[in-house]
Amino acid sequence: MNMAVDLGWYLALAALLFCIGVAGVLTRRNALIIFMSIELMLNAVNLTFIAFSRSLTNVDGQVFVFLVMAVAAAEVAVGLAIIVTIFRHKETVDIDKVNLMKW
Amino acid sequence: MELILFIITALVALVSAFMVITRRTPIASVLYLVLTFFCLAVLYVMLGAQFIAAMQIVVYAGAIMVLFLFVLMLLSQRGAQTWEVAGPMRKWLGFAAAGGVLLVAATALQSVGVSDTVLDPEIGTVSSVGSALFRRFLLPFEVASVLLLGAIIGVVAMVKRKPYPSETEEGVEHGS
Repeated sequence: MNMAVDLGWYLALAALLFCIGVAGVLTRRNALIIFMSIELMLNAVNLTFIAFSRSLTNVDGQVFVFLVMAVAAAEVAVGLAIIVTIFRHKETVDIDKVNLMKW
Repeated sequence: MELILFIITALVALVSAFMVITRRTPIASVLYLVLTFFCLAVLYVMLGAQFIAAMQIVVYAGAIMVLFLFVLMLLSQRGAQTWEVAGPMRKWLGFAAAGGVLLVAATALQSVGVSDTVLDPEIGTVSSVGSALFRRFLLPFEVASVLLLGAIIGVVAMVKRKPYPSETEEGVEHGS
């Protein structure tokens, strides 16, 4: 007997993962961990795409996840380069110390 | 059976995601994030997206997390950062805001009225995703490759060290 898991469970899990990512961005000061939280949010959205893709029997959602992964890879590369550059200048990855543009 | 697997995987994913944002050492966060990504790959397989699950492991757990580990290695050898203790105000405000987002998401979930269909085993195969990717989504696919190229050039231009003043003449001579 195969009990299929309802779509709602996947969406709820994705929502929880997204909120954990939001909490990580808002509560941490380490730029690297904020970056990881953003990755977590992207993955939560990917899970939503895949869940709807199964539910609607439509492959478009999976293509979107593929494109999201490409964008995430580019974003991580650029973001980590920015963090490395900031670290060279300021010797820290604490976002509270990086306040040149703050009025 | 599938329900039990889902519950176990979902719990591991949630706990490890929580660990990502609470661990003090970034290296522990990275490893917990890898665990979360593996759990998500399992969920993708359960949802019939085999190709995306493989991509999840290769691209996320493989490439992106290795990049994170490399940067961690470059940046700090000190381990736990003591400055990382967020003030209680920031902490509670942050968690409250995240709870607000969850509230919005839960409200949106109430109105999801999609009837569940049976799982089509062919939907996530390489051929079905590939034919969609190379026919209807050809333009976004090519744009994504241009985006990656732009990211590569941008990163190299950003991180490349400028030559020291004493080395400048040499650099000009060698044409670099």
